[in-house]
Amino acid sequence: MSALTERGKSKRSLVRAIITLTAAAAFYEGISYSGLFPQVLLPTIQTIAVTLYSMLADGSMFEHAAYTLYRVLFGFSLAIIVGLPLGILMARFKHVENFFLPLVSALMPIPSFALVPLFMLWFGIGNLTTILIVLYAATFPMLFNTWSGVRAVNPLWLRAAGAMGADEQRLFWKVIIPGAAPFIITGMRQAFLRAWIAVVGAEMIAASDWGLGWVIFDSKEFLQTDVMMASIVVIGFIGFVFERLVFGSLERFTVLRWGMVRAAKG
Amino acid sequence: MVPIEIRDVTLVYDTPGGKVPGVKEIKLDIGASEFVCIVGPSGCGKSTLLNIIAGFLAPASGQILIDGKTVSGHGTDRGIVFQDFAQLFPWRTALGNVEFGLEMKGIAKQEREAIAREQLRLVKLEKFVSSYPHHLSGGMQQRVAIARALAYNPSVLLMDEPFAALDAMTRDDMQRLLADVWRETRKTVIYVTHNVAEAVYLADRVVVMTPHPGRVKTVVPIGLPRPREPLSVEFLDCQKELLRHLGHDTTETEN
Repeated sequence: MSALTERGKSKRSLVRAIITLTAAAAFYEGISYSGLFPQVLLPTIQTIAVTLYSMLADGSMFEHAAYTLYRVLFGFSLAIIVGLPLGILMARFKHVENFFLPLVSALMPIPSFALVPLFMLWFGIGNLTTILIVLYAATFPMLFNTWSGVRAVNPLWLRAAGAMGADEQRLFWKVIIPGAAPFIITGMRQAFLRAWIAVVGAEMIAASDWGLGWVIFDSKEFLQTDVMMASIVVIGFIGFVFERLVFGSLERFTVLRWGMVRAAKG
Repeated sequence: MVPIEIRDVTLVYDTPGGKVPGVKEIKLDIGASEFVCIVGPSGCGKSTLLNIIAGFLAPASGQILIDGKTVSGHGTDRGIVFQDFAQLFPWRTALGNVEFGLEMKGIAKQEREAIAREQLRLVKLEKFVSSYPHHLSGGMQQRVAIARALAYNPSVLLMDEPFAALDAMTRDDMQRLLADVWRETRKTVIYVTHNVAEAVYLADRVVVMTPHPGRVKTVVPIGLPRPREPLSVEFLDCQKELLRHLGHDTTETEN
């Protein structure tokens, strides 16, 4: 019975989402048709849809998306490899924290885009620069959330585990990591979001021929606002899929199931 | 199962306001398989003493011997149950929680699962092996904690007010259950509580502590036959004696 009401709830929330999106689309379409702006600058949804369809049909959109995804996932994975252990070490060992915290605090507020021109001079145009920009953007949220999460691990768990004979290494894998899981997952979500924003920006100037950011920037030269819009739709769609399906599922199968975080009421 | 000797244990807390004595010159011998309760008002150092025995705190002077060996740091010869339900690992099922200590010992998967199931049966939770802690009631969570502390077969069980956060009815059930578990396992138990009736129900001997600094005031043997009847005259007499040592007026009824 509760499964039914759950399904009913999610159906209702889907209907609500559709209503909101339809209203927004109708508003946009209205302005586009009104002639307030030239239609070449503000293409109708129909035009965008046709362009998107043709770009999907000839595979070019898939290729752009694949390049962007490759860069973002590569950089995001590196950010986890760097940020997760460093965040844990910073929370566990005072001297590691003393050494890295000033550096992290100094580097974190620098927008990743500010580094794009510099990285281009150092690493050239292409994958390496964009991946490194993604790495830079994603590392700090990963690191910071992990650091907070490990510090928030219930000391009773550590005591209990210690009393049961857990050494430092097993404490790390079997208590600290799962104990900090709500923060680590939040860190991954934020890191991916930052990475996704950074990759599109970085591609605009530091990529050539392929990538969703690149295709948007390139279309400007030919006044192809429909291609720009179609790419933006794809960017939003992929971001949404990751946020809801990948990280949402991760959360449902771990910290929500364990009762470490609770679903909102209503 | 093993005797414990507490020899002149003193601990001083360093606080911003200066040195505060925690416990002072505690001397106590506990026999093998004995059930000892420590009672006293808040701040008398009973939990501090338990934490020293557990190895979480190091005494400033004196020493503790378990089975003739000096305690330094925590060890798997002692199992510990805390008051807070949150002591269980929320990411592990009841079975997973109980298996933890066995995993640390390097016992093979099949064997540790069998042992963990047996421990959960002992605390009457065999139907809840695959439940996560947040789906269990407070009393059930404390029973998992007891099973977890017993699973890796420590010789001493240390309990820090494990039932204090439970409602009165559940607490009665838990006390009965613990008395059964103790009878079956014959562990040496040190049990901290501020509940006099609980101490009389469970203990072979009750250690009465007084605060500032925490000292042993007296040790009261409870000679009542088991299982004990909390409404009997003898039971109430024992309670009265303990309350008298604690400085309560025994003409008032104690709930």
